[in-house]
Amino acid sequence: MEISASPAHVHHGEEHAHEHHDPGFLGKYVFSTDHKVIGVQYGVTGLIFLFFGFCLMLLMRWQLAYHGQPLPVLGPVLAKIFPKEMPGGVMTPEFYNSLGAMHGTIMVFLGIVPIAFAAFGNFVVPLQIGAPDMTFPRINMASYQAFFIGGVIMLVSFFCPGGAAKGGWTSYAPLADITDRAPNMFFTGQTMWLIGMVFLITSSLLGSVNFITTIIQLRAPGMTWMRLPFFCWAQLITAFLLLLAFPPLEAASVMQLMDRVAGTSFFLPTGLVVNGEIVNISGGGSPLLWQHLFWFLGHPEVYVLILPAMGIVAEVVANNTRKPLWGYKAAVFSALTLGFLSFIVWAHHMYLTGMGARVSSFFQTTTILISIPSVIILTALLLSLWGGSIRFTVPMLFATAFMPMFGIGGLTGIPLAFNAVVLYLHDTYYVIAHFHYIVAPGTIFALFAGVYYWFPKATGRMMNEFLGKLHFWPSLLFINGIFMPMFLQGMAGVHRRWYDGGASYDLAKPVLHWNAFMSWSAWLLCVSQFPFILNFFWSIWFGKKVDHNPWHATTLEWEAPSPPPHGNFLKPPVVHRGPYEYSVPGSEDDFIPQGKA
Amino acid sequence: MSETTAAPAHQFETLEQQREAATLGMWIFLATEVLFFGGLFMGYTFVRWSYPEVFEQASHRLDATIGGVNTAVLLLSSLTMALAVKSAQLGKRNALVAFLSLTALLGILFLGFKAIEYHGDYVDHIVPGIPSYHFEGPSAPQAELFFWIYFAMTGLHAIHVTVGIIVIAIMAALAWRRSFSPEHYMPIEVTGLYWHFVDIVWVFLFPLLYLVGHR
Repeated sequence: MEISASPAHVHHGEEHAHEHHDPGFLGKYVFSTDHKVIGVQYGVTGLIFLFFGFCLMLLMRWQLAYHGQPLPVLGPVLAKIFPKEMPGGVMTPEFYNSLGAMHGTIMVFLGIVPIAFAAFGNFVVPLQIGAPDMTFPRINMASYQAFFIGGVIMLVSFFCPGGAAKGGWTSYAPLADITDRAPNMFFTGQTMWLIGMVFLITSSLLGSVNFITTIIQLRAPGMTWMRLPFFCWAQLITAFLLLLAFPPLEAASVMQLMDRVAGTSFFLPTGLVVNGEIVNISGGGSPLLWQHLFWFLGHPEVYVLILPAMGIVAEVVANNTRKPLWGYKAAVFSALTLGFLSFIVWAHHMYLTGMGARVSSFFQTTTILISIPSVIILTALLLSLWGGSIRFTVPMLFATAFMPMFGIGGLTGIPLAFNAVVLYLHDTYYVIAHFHYIVAPGTIFALFAGVYYWFPKATGRMMNEFLGKLHFWPSLLFINGIFMPMFLQGMAGVHRRWYDGGASYDLAKPVLHWNAFMSWSAWLLCVSQFPFILNFFWSIWFGKKVDHNPWHATTLEWEAPSPPPHGNFLKPPVVHRGPYEYSVPGSEDDFIPQGKA
Repeated sequence: MSETTAAPAHQFETLEQQREAATLGMWIFLATEVLFFGGLFMGYTFVRWSYPEVFEQASHRLDATIGGVNTAVLLLSSLTMALAVKSAQLGKRNALVAFLSLTALLGILFLGFKAIEYHGDYVDHIVPGIPSYHFEGPSAPQAELFFWIYFAMTGLHAIHVTVGIIVIAIMAALAWRRSFSPEHYMPIEVTGLYWHFVDIVWVFLFPLLYLVGHR
């Protein structure tokens, strides 16, 4: 059939609206197939989980700083809810382990991935490429629902017999395989963790299929690959990483689930001894198999966390320096290289498993190699600042802070690439500090930059600038207060899983006083999030109203009305130029939108 | 050709674009499936590499004849599926319905043989995890691991076959109601891709599980 090229999808959009006009509250906000609504759903749910995961850590920090003492204020409440885990408001070691495992799981799989990939990707990508929606809107909705169910399962697991999963966020076998395993117990924490993971993985897979087809198929006329904003490139590569890394973990989760409920021994060796007794299992399996399958996901996952963040920072930096992104092509090719290399570095998490020197050397080499594209991207962002007329808006503050924070995280990772160094540093607080610098003041700061930057697009209103700065400066201060001393503790040899923060170990004595300092920083960091929460809700209803392009940005999403209607654009966009045409000599404005002829 | 299928969904400009997007989407989904089964094959490789002799012994206990017949059944069903897609492209509605139904029937036949085979395994006491399981010799735990892998992988494959049969049956019903045309046969094509994938997985499973011990 023939369709005229001009107002094609607007026309269809109207038809669509006519078919089911007035979808009602449920149809509009809960069971919506509109990519923007799904993006916001992911964003809000993700932020709630992010805060919840953060709170778990705040509880742990009390135990680390003032171990054995009852928790003030919240202690009696928690003692009521968890009588076995928090008797008299004092945390048991088992509960501490649960909090640790669930903090990692929730922050990574229910907080950052949903916000960085699903929320920003869903909301921004179709707008930036000039598409009216995602390719498979209903699959998109199913993706959010699977995520939501997975999240609920994870939360419910706290109330299971024996409490939530306690085997760490990595669920290493045989520990995670055998905890709380008894004939009459089925829905235990770890089992729920595995079922929840299957849902979350399914959600990410559905999402990534959608993202890849959307970016490949639905770009507006004229949106060539080298005119694609860096953010979309980052999302495309992230989608490929999720797509290829997650299924093996899904297989591994199913295998561990069978180990727990059906009595298989995929990850359980023959003659396993627990508490001095040989466990009654058939055996023959290998715990290392789990580690390989887990880290085959786990390492690409790190880049799933950081690539969208780099994408957000690139958009914000180009917009607020009023000049093109420095080295756009180099950054794109580096991101592609990063994506490829991330699949062959996983065993650097496993140097201490006795893989042998040859295998270790291989993974040492690839790990060092992968730092090169990361440094190229960071350099591109950093050099973009040079000679720009920088506007220090709130998103720009977060984006600028991202660079040194990610830099610290990255540079401290280089020693960890070496087998010999890891012998000493493995599982110490040094490792914790290293990856938290990448994901917390790195990725999460970039996510905040994204929220402040795209908030006017989603709501038509600006967030308050004063509250934004009140959020930023204390956050920057206190987050460093948490993680900087961890390097010192880690280099002194303090182990990441010590329940008393090292008090019963002589080697930790010289660095023990940092525990209270770090804990107070964490609690104050929590307090510094309140301006953000207040700002977020206040601005939805009372923020300053703005037009469709308040930041004077060039990319396509700013050509749609704010908030964009169903179908996004008033007339189908056509792209005439690259993504970052700022301060072009001779032009009247200091920016030329991509859609301007 | 009914009116609802004639117009592309609102996010597409043309039916052609919609068809390309759906096909690409299915290919990408199949990539995740490859990696999902890849994780299981990784487990298989790891265990077999650790205990090659046990795998040979245990593999002898499986019924390679039924496995072989089932391989032929599935390959035949791939042929009928390909013919269904061809009929859809040519707009031959009756042939399309016939080939789709035949594909679904072959799929059901496969599951039937599979059920007979599982029952035989039960009679032979090689279903692990239940009291009747019994395997002679010093390498019993490792053999149990082999049987677990066998049941996990063929079981997951059978689930995929079941899903495929349901989808093909729906497609046959839609074809009966004249929902497809030479311009709009994308669902048939995408279903075909999925069915061929399920077939290919079996082509790998059969030699790795049944023929390991045969030299």
